Amino acid sequence: MMTGLRVRGLSKSFGGLRVAEGIDFDLPPGARKALIGPNGAGKSTFGNLVTGILSPTEGVIEFDGQNIARLNEAQRVRLGIAKTFQITTLFRHLTVRENIVLPIIERERRGARFWGRATAADHADEAQDLLAQFGLEELADRPVEALAYGQQRLIEMALTLALKPRVLILDEPAAGVPSGDSHLIVEAIERLPEDLAVLIIEHDMDLVFRVAQSIVVLVQGRILTEGTPDEISQDPRVREMYLGGAHAETGS
Amino acid sequence: MSIDKTTTKQPSRYASRLAGARSGLFGIPLLAEALLLAAAVAAFYLFPYNLAFLTRILIMIVLVLSLDLILGIAGIATLGQAAMYGTGAYAAGLFAIHVWADPVAGLLAGAVAGAAMALVSGLLLMRSHGLTLIMLSIAVAQICAEIANKARPITGGADGLRGIRPDPILGMFEFDFVGRAGYFYALAVVIVIFALLRIIARSPFGLTLRGIQESPSRMRAIGTPVYWRLVSAYTLGGAIAGVAGALAAQVTQLVSLEAYSFNLSAEALIMLILGGTGRLYGAVIGAVVFMVVHHVAAAVDPFNWLFIIGAMVLGVVFFVPTGFLGLPLALQRLFGGRGHDDRA
Amino acid sequence: MSLFLNILVDGLAYGMILFMIAVGLSVTMGLMRVINLAHGGFALIGGAFAHWLTIKAGLSFWVAAPLAVLGTMAVALPLERLIYRRIYGFGELQQVLATIGLTFLMIASINLWLGSSLLAIKLPAVLQTSVDLGFRTLPMHRIVVIIAGLAVIAGLWLLMERTRFGIRLRAAVDNRATASALGIDTGVIYGVTVALGAGLAAFGGVLGAELLPIEAYYPLRYMVLFLIVVAVGGMGSITGSFAAAIALGVIDTASRYLVPEYGTIFFFACVLAVLAFRPQGLSGRA
Repeated sequence: MMTGLRVRGLSKSFGGLRVAEGIDFDLPPGARKALIGPNGAGKSTFGNLVTGILSPTEGVIEFDGQNIARLNEAQRVRLGIAKTFQITTLFRHLTVRENIVLPIIERERRGARFWGRATAADHADEAQDLLAQFGLEELADRPVEALAYGQQRLIEMALTLALKPRVLILDEPAAGVPSGDSHLIVEAIERLPEDLAVLIIEHDMDLVFRVAQSIVVLVQGRILTEGTPDEISQDPRVREMYLGGAHAETGS
Repeated sequence: MSIDKTTTKQPSRYASRLAGARSGLFGIPLLAEALLLAAAVAAFYLFPYNLAFLTRILIMIVLVLSLDLILGIAGIATLGQAAMYGTGAYAAGLFAIHVWADPVAGLLAGAVAGAAMALVSGLLLMRSHGLTLIMLSIAVAQICAEIANKARPITGGADGLRGIRPDPILGMFEFDFVGRAGYFYALAVVIVIFALLRIIARSPFGLTLRGIQESPSRMRAIGTPVYWRLVSAYTLGGAIAGVAGALAAQVTQLVSLEAYSFNLSAEALIMLILGGTGRLYGAVIGAVVFMVVHHVAAAVDPFNWLFIIGAMVLGVVFFVPTGFLGLPLALQRLFGGRGHDDRA
Repeated sequence: MSLFLNILVDGLAYGMILFMIAVGLSVTMGLMRVINLAHGGFALIGGAFAHWLTIKAGLSFWVAAPLAVLGTMAVALPLERLIYRRIYGFGELQQVLATIGLTFLMIASINLWLGSSLLAIKLPAVLQTSVDLGFRTLPMHRIVVIIAGLAVIAGLWLLMERTRFGIRLRAAVDNRATASALGIDTGVIYGVTVALGAGLAAFGGVLGAELLPIEAYYPLRYMVLFLIVVAVGGMGSITGSFAAAIALGVIDTASRYLVPEYGTIFFFACVLAVLAFRPQGLSGRA
């Protein structure tokens, strides 16, 4: 049953602090949704709830009809739900190639193999193809820490794509990327497989309006509204939040 | 596309390590291994009256190699490797006395015993990290030592396990009084273990262990069962430490409570950090240098050798933190050369 | 009943000694995040000074002990500047190696100066007597140690809660970066903290010389013990160190009296149990 991700009534409290409240959310295959909202709205929290880094206080999380709320992060990844990190987290002292090969190895369930080569032909070839898609093939043998931040952000995305996920959550993919390089991120997103369900958590409105088919607005842990880019850009409540009013951003 | 946009950040210490691992010393694969082997054989002929000492070095190399797997590659910092070493030693000794005195079988017994100890303690230890992990590993080794102490009828207690008489190796080579057979036997074990670890380090498993050392959270995010992977690595390291212990039992024909001592774990750690972690050569170099300096300094002045070792250790930490393996790179930088990290 | 009292008194005294020596280690590990395996060396240095002052220079214990403590602090200050300050930013393995090297140098120095045999400290006659409580007698030495330990924790409490230094130290332990940004001179705090910890270790070493005999290899012999107190108590916590030291001191003494045939198995099994269920230690932060 390929229904993708289904979230109903998702809520999360940290003690007395309610960071997510009654969230209903669908992410079917092929979706291109964006999650926006002011700082502290709970966007990253939502991402962490979906991937299993946080466990919900209430609510249902289903993937293809299967309840995944009991599964830990690694198990959800194996089902096909993957997320990039907001703060680039790569294997800094390993080479670019090794960074991409590792998710391939895990995906193929070869992580326990202590024979053969990690960078064996089929792993290395697939890694090379993926790097070529991102235009990074010539950097394959450099340690990741020697690369520019924009390139590291791309590797973060490539690494997550190497898992061949069915659901991909991009957590602020353009954050910290020099504006001259952000087109690389946009192009990479546009090249994503069509049947992949994609959720982009972002502040960068240019990016959002360029790639999203549908936008969800989160405010203080609740969904304010959902709609097409046009609808959202004309929604007076959203406009007030981002453009007008005496205070554009609400605190956490 | 973006090559010209790469920043000139500080050269990675690990870059030379990666480059070296691929292309071998001076670009010749297996050259380093051949040189080490030649040195080992040469030592046999150069120091025929010190074979017992040289064999002890070989045994320590195996122990430090086991530590390089769990610490250098997987990043598990412990001070309890002696727990597996000692268990392997007693297992091999008891095996030789009560079951079968074949040496190779004894090594396997040591490996299995070391692995079992590591597996059982690892299930607990791998749930912790940092100071707690270190203290737990020490506690495990101390408990083993106490049990061995109290189990006098089996282990000989504080007097040690005696009467270990291994059969000829492979039925052919008798353990002789001078230690000739013992030396080459130990050398053969070192070669096999080194080759095995080489294979493991380059394998997918090895890469995932390095990934866990770099970033456990990233590994979880690509679906790795981190805890179980670490338990496997710790168990494998325990098996190798058990082999080292078994080797010691067979060659010295005695197992004492010292096999479980904290000093042993600490010395193995010092040797590894001194030599350099993660590349296997460091284990070899560190063990050789430490033991030779200890031996020579103690012979020259039994009371002041600690000055020399202390000074050497501090010197390495301040001037070559990556250990002796980092020496070539450090010297190169000192004399104005460029680092290796520009080589693809 | 008499046995119970023996265990209690000996255990408390032993615990106080462990506390005095280990508290400096706990605070420096929590504050500077340095794994300092050389900490036992300060207790050794204090004991060595006390030995030389009482035996070789013939001074009274009451003069020698404070001098020994001050002397150790005077050694600790330049050590902090020259060595410890340089390794704060190092990786954990490098810190372990550096402090082990330092330990070796300390041991070798004491060995060179005073030899490798037991270094006795001449206690004054009053400490060698016993106090008659009517139903039994207790060694004066143990009582003095217990009182000294209580004085130390009281003094530390006053220092931490009631002085500006204490507040700054607590802030720095809690969040180094913020404390520094608020203008708290972390360099001075580190130096004073190391010196204070060293002084307390020396004090504990001198007072505890009957229980933990002073000899050149002291730091290596007892390092595990001090680290256990810190781990069980929780790094950076004074009350945690106190609770852990007392508990471990009493447990160790009790098992020596009650189940000597099991030796240290019981002790280490307890340590294992505590750390397995509460890895951050009794008062540590998760």
